[in-house]
Amino acid sequence: MEKRVRFQSTWLPWLLIAPQMAIVLVFFFWPAGQALWQSVLQQDAFGTSTEFVGLENFERLFHDATYLASFQTTVVFSGLVAGTSMSVALLLAVMANRIGRGSSIYKTLLIWPYAVAPVVAGVLWLMLFASPWGVVAFVLQQLGWDWNHLLNGHHAMALIVMAAAWKQISYNFLFFLAGLQSIPTSLLEAAAIDGAGPWRRFWTITFPLLSPTTFFLLVMNVIYAFFDTFGTIDAATHGGPGKETSILVYKVYYDGFKALDMGGSAAQSVVLMVIVIALTVVQFRFIERKVQYG
Amino acid sequence: MMVERRPWLDALAHVLLIAGVLVIALPVYLALVASTQSAEQIATSHPLSLLPGQHALDTYRLALWGGKTSSGSTIPAGWPMLWVSLVMALLIATGKIVISLLSAFAIVYFRFPLRGLVFWMIFITLMLPVEVRIGPTYEVIASLGLLNSYAGLTVPLIASATATFLFRQFFLTLPEELMEAARMDGAGPMRFFVDMLLPLSRTSMAALFVIQFIYGWNQYLWPLMVTTSEDLYPIVLGIKRGIFGEVYVEWNVIMATAILAMLPPALVVILMQKWFVKGLVDTEK
Repeated sequence: MEKRVRFQSTWLPWLLIAPQMAIVLVFFFWPAGQALWQSVLQQDAFGTSTEFVGLENFERLFHDATYLASFQTTVVFSGLVAGTSMSVALLLAVMANRIGRGSSIYKTLLIWPYAVAPVVAGVLWLMLFASPWGVVAFVLQQLGWDWNHLLNGHHAMALIVMAAAWKQISYNFLFFLAGLQSIPTSLLEAAAIDGAGPWRRFWTITFPLLSPTTFFLLVMNVIYAFFDTFGTIDAATHGGPGKETSILVYKVYYDGFKALDMGGSAAQSVVLMVIVIALTVVQFRFIERKVQYG
Repeated sequence: MMVERRPWLDALAHVLLIAGVLVIALPVYLALVASTQSAEQIATSHPLSLLPGQHALDTYRLALWGGKTSSGSTIPAGWPMLWVSLVMALLIATGKIVISLLSAFAIVYFRFPLRGLVFWMIFITLMLPVEVRIGPTYEVIASLGLLNSYAGLTVPLIASATATFLFRQFFLTLPEELMEAARMDGAGPMRFFVDMLLPLSRTSMAALFVIQFIYGWNQYLWPLMVTTSEDLYPIVLGIKRGIFGEVYVEWNVIMATAILAMLPPALVVILMQKWFVKGLVDTEK
């Protein structure tokens, strides 16, 4: 709803938005424009000459097996993180909602990992699986499972998935709990009177009614796994073994700052921007729809 | 609340929740345990003892003030890094709140040309987290001579579409009479902003502060790129340095540093839980 009456001033509003606009222009639009521009340029190895190459960087990118592998790694990683963290959070939220009174204590005890930095999460889980004294690695060894995330790519992936999902449970839990609490009890009671047990009620009433929350969280979790887990991976696996846990954000950093391929790195940045914009649009359109149709 | 009672299901709920709480707390508990042992104890244990050791004081002294360990590695002092993190988190959180309040005020309470364009330009920044534009943003900071400075560390992270939207939404819900009354009393726009809007926005500001403080405190990739001087390393950067920098990994000190790094934001979440939950829900909707 827009305001009917407003203040009149030709210069004051500009002054008020100046700080934000300055930052937005200098640190968002300028770099984003630079990324677009550099992504169509190619510098020679000595950085002495630059030439316009059109979409060549992108072509190179999408024919690059390591880039495609990184894409695949990212998709697998975010799918696993979202799946693990959301299902654990949903289970805990359903249980907390069932208890009703007293659930606030559990809430307090479950939400603090949100405050833990991704890199700290990576270090903590690395410790659990450190060889030979890590507690979880030891238990696995006793069960006859030789854990080695330094050599085994699947183990390394499992490690970062656990670290990243662990941190995200608190976030998902809060949103699922809020979603569950907004479901009218009368609906569930009516179903109970009709003889539907808790299991049946959950799948036929609660879960469908939660679908807006679930969808929202799915997008948020994918964004989280794509962009906020750099620290976790850098601490836990360094993208290794080989490049097996090197997700897209890790690769942009590595190619741009360690391998100094600016054109390629800029093209990767552009691809990432397209991905975020797509995800945000999906999210935004969805929220709009929800607002309109209740 | 339900028409039926299933005591065994309630019991199961408690069991699962307690299991969840324990599993989630496990890594932090073990980090605490590890931080109370000596590095040799940890390296030779198989597995790590589940009970605290005797070396808590030594470890935390090393983590906070630095020094030489018995194996000869040099540990950098942690408290200057904690200070950097604190300054960075406070600058980012306050900066975001201030510039967003101002721009939301302009967008809601004034009519000016290009208002739609301005709004759209702020909105689109929502889609460009620093992680996707690291290279070019780094170059901008470098060409402005802001590497290794608090300005370089914080200013690019201060622009925030979420905060602007939050305040915009909030201002739009305020009754029209508020401004009419202010005008009747002859109050100018800035007077109205300071005397009316700011006091009313206190709850939103607190909620936003909690979220943005955590965001600022936990920044990792950006400081990793713009700081080369160790005086400007935030604490989260200090942790990883210990794992890959040294020949001999001093796990006890790393774990102590990890505990120190997570304590301030965790306390903020727990002590300001009400605002934290509000901030989380408001900024995402």
